[in-house]
Amino acid sequence: MSAAPPANLAHASLAQLGSLLDRREVSAVELASTYLERIARHTDLNAFLDVRPETTLAQARAADQRRAQGETGPLLGVPIAHKDVFVTQGWHTTASSRMLEGYTSPFDATVVESLAQAGMVCLGKLNCDEFAMGSSNENSAYGNVLNPWDKSAVPGGSSGGSAAAVAARLAPLASATDTGGSIREPAAFSGVTGTKPTYGRPSRWGMIAFASSLDTAGLLTLSAQDCALAFNAMLGFDPKDSTSVDRPREDYTRHLAAGCKGLRIGVPTEFLAAGLEPEAEAAVREALRLYQDMGATLVDVSLPNAALGIPVYYVVACAEASSNLSRFDGVRFGRRAPQYEDLLDMMSKTRAQGFGEEVKRRILVGTYVLSHGYYDAYFLQASRVRRVISQEFQRAFAQCDLIAGPVTSGTAFGFGEKSADPVAMYLADLYTVPSSLAGIPAMSIPCGFGRLGRPLGLQLMANHFDEARMLGVAHAYQSATDWHTRVPAGY
Amino acid sequence: MSLKLADVHRIALLARLEITDAQAQESANQLNDILAMIERIGRVDTAGILPMSHPLDGVQRLRPDLVSEIPDRDRTMANAPEQQDGLFLVPRVVE
Repeated sequence: MSAAPPANLAHASLAQLGSLLDRREVSAVELASTYLERIARHTDLNAFLDVRPETTLAQARAADQRRAQGETGPLLGVPIAHKDVFVTQGWHTTASSRMLEGYTSPFDATVVESLAQAGMVCLGKLNCDEFAMGSSNENSAYGNVLNPWDKSAVPGGSSGGSAAAVAARLAPLASATDTGGSIREPAAFSGVTGTKPTYGRPSRWGMIAFASSLDTAGLLTLSAQDCALAFNAMLGFDPKDSTSVDRPREDYTRHLAAGCKGLRIGVPTEFLAAGLEPEAEAAVREALRLYQDMGATLVDVSLPNAALGIPVYYVVACAEASSNLSRFDGVRFGRRAPQYEDLLDMMSKTRAQGFGEEVKRRILVGTYVLSHGYYDAYFLQASRVRRVISQEFQRAFAQCDLIAGPVTSGTAFGFGEKSADPVAMYLADLYTVPSSLAGIPAMSIPCGFGRLGRPLGLQLMANHFDEARMLGVAHAYQSATDWHTRVPAGY
Repeated sequence: MSLKLADVHRIALLARLEITDAQAQESANQLNDILAMIERIGRVDTAGILPMSHPLDGVQRLRPDLVSEIPDRDRTMANAPEQQDGLFLVPRVVE
């Protein structure tokens, strides 16, 4: 499975890095230094918000020590970078908000802790949309992240820093979060593999909350195989998260060799319809044709209310956000306005000054849909339509093993193209939001390039807890194609 | 229905967000666009459908009410904007 490593260490797969470490051909310190040097060389991408080489190298030395004492493990000594919504003890955690500028967590997120226990070395914290709200990374208080394929294009959001860092090989993989598409859309725009597991499978402990019934941790990686390896350490029951699912750990690499013979792939007719740009449709259809060549059969399925995913999502997610973000009041942590008159004034000024425009907009929408007289028409109705959409997925999965379609309507858009019109920006998540509402695992894998040379993604969606098979099906595609191995020029 | 300036001020107060008249006007326009997009959900017949609050219909897991860890007070307080004697300071609320 792991062929000879490439000349450039930073282009290697996790399996290759693991075996180099195993054979003592490279140390964790050397590996960390390689990536730190690349991070320092490519600061123009603005992917990282906090880099502390001394802390990283100390973790790398500890990993080398563990190996010297006889410990082994596929991730022991392999570097990773974390999206800045995961709290970390050694680095600031800001969720890309002015509200949390300079904040240092007294504890680590469970995802961070689990990967550190497996021996992963943290390279630093990654830029994203403020509180993970956005589809272009233009909502960060600390500036745009550039797309390594085309610096005039957005990297996608909200996990834009995670996607750009992996695409530019500034980290072999990165943690990320997906509430309505925040892993898959940037993966598609940045030409990397982005995977959101089943809701409740990864812990939300220490993941700064946006919309708690949707927030799901996942990974940006160079391949499905890399993702499967890291999921083995990352996904599991966490008693600290009350919505964590109590199921035994599993081996996410177990279907990597399974292939696609006899696989039934459902193709939602609503996803290959008007609104999808011809080049995106062509790339998706070409990928589906390849799956047929590999022995899969295509089945037409229908998700009649999937198009309502966006309005449902913006009710549910904004409602939950308005509640979650009420904790930022200037009292116990984070920013406090410098001047104020009384307690109410202190809180109102603190929040007005600390939150960016998009965050405030969503808090207002959420407050409204939860307010007296509107709760039934908006929040309850949205929660009911959410179940309708979820049931449509279950009906589809009665006919197929996996669902495939586009991730986005086209390639990455340019900076400023959609930022003036919130509704146009929200519609960017058309294809990713339905599976988020249903809580099913979904991923984006590179499947080509558009005429501007910007990447395109294929979305795969599986039923609850079927992420191992989904990763196997993605791996089959990546064994037959080389889109995921393409590196943007200069990296 | 469409939100008026006074509605936006009322929502902003509920949300504890200071807002100027000019900002409220701009917000009213944007919120009305968003609400117009959201209205479509009203057309779905959801009679007999239970609201979905957890994708797996999970229920809140409870644990025994026992002390499991004791947070480090100094490290926790280190992020407080204002503090004194290990307590959070806020403007006076009781005269």
